[in-house]
Amino acid sequence: MHISEGVLSIPVLAGGWAVAATGLSLGLKKIEPERLPEVALLAAVFFVASLIHVPIGPVSAHLVLNGLIGLILGVAAFPAIFVALALQAVLFQFGGLVVLGVNASTMALPAVLCGVVLRPLLASGRRPVVMLVGGAAGFLGVLLSGCLTAASLALSGEAFVTTAQAVLLAHVPVMIVEGLLTAMTVGFLSQVQPALLAARRS
Amino acid sequence: MVEAPDKAATCPAPVARSRGNVSSGPGLCLSLDPRAKLLCALAFCLLASGLNSRPVAGVALGLSLVLALVSGLDLLVLCRRTLAVNVFVVLLWVFLPFHLAVDEPLTGLASLHLAPTPGGLGLAWLITLKANAAFFVLIALLGTSEAEEVFHAMAHMYVPAKLVTVFFLFHRYVHVIGQERAALTTAMRIRCFKARTDVHTYRSYAYLVGMLLARSLDRAGRVYQAMRCRGYRNRFWLLDHFHWRLRDTVFCSLFALALAILTALHWSLS
Repeated sequence: MHISEGVLSIPVLAGGWAVAATGLSLGLKKIEPERLPEVALLAAVFFVASLIHVPIGPVSAHLVLNGLIGLILGVAAFPAIFVALALQAVLFQFGGLVVLGVNASTMALPAVLCGVVLRPLLASGRRPVVMLVGGAAGFLGVLLSGCLTAASLALSGEAFVTTAQAVLLAHVPVMIVEGLLTAMTVGFLSQVQPALLAARRS
Repeated sequence: MVEAPDKAATCPAPVARSRGNVSSGPGLCLSLDPRAKLLCALAFCLLASGLNSRPVAGVALGLSLVLALVSGLDLLVLCRRTLAVNVFVVLLWVFLPFHLAVDEPLTGLASLHLAPTPGGLGLAWLITLKANAAFFVLIALLGTSEAEEVFHAMAHMYVPAKLVTVFFLFHRYVHVIGQERAALTTAMRIRCFKARTDVHTYRSYAYLVGMLLARSLDRAGRVYQAMRCRGYRNRFWLLDHFHWRLRDTVFCSLFALALAILTALHWSLS
């Protein structure tokens, strides 16, 4: 969920940029020059996948996939997600420049967390375990993003509390579908390209 | 050395270039230095986020609308984007003015009802004005630049070199990945795939995403090898630097004057 420009209060916006700057510098430090194309192309997949709309009953939601990107890239997911969101702001004016810090942090922090906490569990390489870890990453990625988005709204003023609750509620079906989908994607990757998940087990 | 993709003549595949540029002819903002535009856009958005009175936000919106109209943007695109951007604003109009209140009457049964949020309506107005003002300035200044020019301008404004490289590579390949996705989706459609709410649909989409990931990682390896072949040594060279001209100075001065007036109004009213 992109929050548009002009909604959040100044301290929240500043906090968002502080987190984003820290995440970016840590992430960029972790990327060796030969991995730059990989980060850029995974960011592109993240961008393209967000155009895929998955039906949930009568409505549809677009994929988020921040948990999956985090699982594959680890800390480097921060710059990847930041770039994808920044381009949405520059090319399509979704979100904005000042609110970009908050939008990138709400998406990328859960991704990095999934990478740090869940990626070591992929080591076993057994399909049920890998799928379970993938499912957890997909579910947690959206859950935490929803919580952070809601928190940044709620921290901006009492009047936003209802909006924050609605945002959180809207994330519930998405996180279930995302968890299911990510579990199957990771299961698929573990069979088709086991090296993809294994090689990144640094 | 990888040549900077900022000349149409050096780009062999025009299909692969997307344009942030949605302009339709001669306009004020087309010939400005991208650095000037990026700086002004950033300054305006920062100021707009800090506004807290509706009249000043209204003035800001007026100024930004004038800028958008004289910038040389395609009006149709401008209208479409305005609608898209206001989706979140509409959401706020639904949720800000009212909230669900729980009251417990003497019967002891809690009941839910909609209660007006104090100041909610004013806040919704303020946000609508601010969000649209920031949007118009952003589209007027950055929508009239090629995306590559914006990245190049970032490189001149102390954005880390690695991040700028990721921006360039992302922009070069996002359409390639998009085409791969389109090809896979077409293949699914030919096999009579219909999206429904069931496990089969989710599995199909999961495998689609898996294929995109697997292919893009393969491609990343090939891209890096191709870059090495052309002598890439961990530095992405940018050629064809910008030239700051008198008109950029004039534009920045006028823009700074407008920002100063807005700031003065903001202080006098608050």
